[in-house]
Amino acid sequence: MDSTVVNTSAENKRWGGGIEPLKASYGKMMMWFFLTSDSLTFTGFLAAYGFSRFKFADSWPIADDVFTHVPFIHGNYPMIFVAFMTFILIMSSVTMVLAVDAGHQMNKAKVSLYMFLTVLGGFVFLSSQAYEWSTFIKGGYGAVGTHGGNIIQFVDAKGERVALKDFAIAESTERTQHTRKDGLWFSGEKALPSFTFEEVLAGFEANPEVFVRTTYTAEDGHKTILSRSESLRELRTKGKNVVEGANLVQNEYGPTLFANYFFFITGFHGFHVSIGVLLNIIIFFNVLIGTYERRGTYEMVEKVGLYWHFVDLVWVFVFTFFYLV
Amino acid sequence: MEPHAQAEPHKLAIFRGYLKFKSNKQKIWGVLIFLAIVTAIEVLLGIYKPAILDVEVMGMKLLNWIFIILTIVKAYYITWDFMHMRDETASLRRMVVWTAVFLISYIIFILLQEGGYVESVFSKGFVKTDF
Repeated sequence: MDSTVVNTSAENKRWGGGIEPLKASYGKMMMWFFLTSDSLTFTGFLAAYGFSRFKFADSWPIADDVFTHVPFIHGNYPMIFVAFMTFILIMSSVTMVLAVDAGHQMNKAKVSLYMFLTVLGGFVFLSSQAYEWSTFIKGGYGAVGTHGGNIIQFVDAKGERVALKDFAIAESTERTQHTRKDGLWFSGEKALPSFTFEEVLAGFEANPEVFVRTTYTAEDGHKTILSRSESLRELRTKGKNVVEGANLVQNEYGPTLFANYFFFITGFHGFHVSIGVLLNIIIFFNVLIGTYERRGTYEMVEKVGLYWHFVDLVWVFVFTFFYLV
Repeated sequence: MEPHAQAEPHKLAIFRGYLKFKSNKQKIWGVLIFLAIVTAIEVLLGIYKPAILDVEVMGMKLLNWIFIILTIVKAYYITWDFMHMRDETASLRRMVVWTAVFLISYIIFILLQEGGYVESVFSKGFVKTDF
């Protein structure tokens, strides 16, 4: 019975009668046009990122100093984890295109297998991104924020980063975080940093082996490290508060905008991946219950596949502009 | 009803015909290997940052130009072979690609130009940001 075959109404109006403009079905062509406009949205974000980066050209963080974590392994390994994430996404793109290929041959078993693998790859990528965000938010070393909104980081004599907890002198203070159980009139308060600025300053003055690393990039591409006397003056005159990890107001890596763009662009991309995983799951179950077998074509796999490849395509650019350049 | 069930609807040659694959499946794996190699080169360059590539070319470091060009190469093969743009009609391809390329280049030029100008005001003008 022909009425069981699902056709959209627009398809009947224009694409019916055996005519296919541009030899593409209605759904596929509209998916292409949607992807074109979506690519412009991502371009807007990435170009804005480029604008801010050019604007703060001398104080933008170096990616290799920021993204250094690999799950389950301690130490400093820039690039390794994002390279893994890139590979996962490209791999799931491959299983997707294999599913499309199996669909052309009307091979239901293979389409379902490859769709399953694609969904799996999507989940692995999303969990990797969750890990990436969580380490970024938690931070590693801690830093001091200045009155002008800059960041002061600390290094030892060899130029290796030093964490605040390794030199700050903890004092007993009466200042505790205000919580709901302590007050009749409760207004929320952000979590207090582990140390106050005064403790960090006291510890810095007591440790002659610690130096200040500014956010300014020198000619050799590394951040400028100040001499001991300059470091002391910098911290005493400019230091304001302790920053640990990242939020939308301040972060320990560099300009506030750096973290904001990171959250916004990788978050928007992660949102796309989530939607893609959802669509892939729907398609997967549709394949299992034989919807496309009855429809006589697996084109729906191809259309969702276009979206999934686009997500991969965007990640290739995010990877370049956040982690490489 | 089945416009896609033809014998071989895919174009199987890449690199302007230098590399021809026997089947669509083989082409997919071939493109994967190529993309993996390109990514590996990017990662290695990103980790070691060779000093020879640290020269300024047209307002940007040569290394960064290499990264951007390799990214566009990857984007090309994802679009052309994974998304099957190679098999679409020329007019559909141009509608999608030319529109995007023109608008993207335009906004990138405008915003980067402006960003560079604002930076010059910060560094050369009478604006103090560090206190």
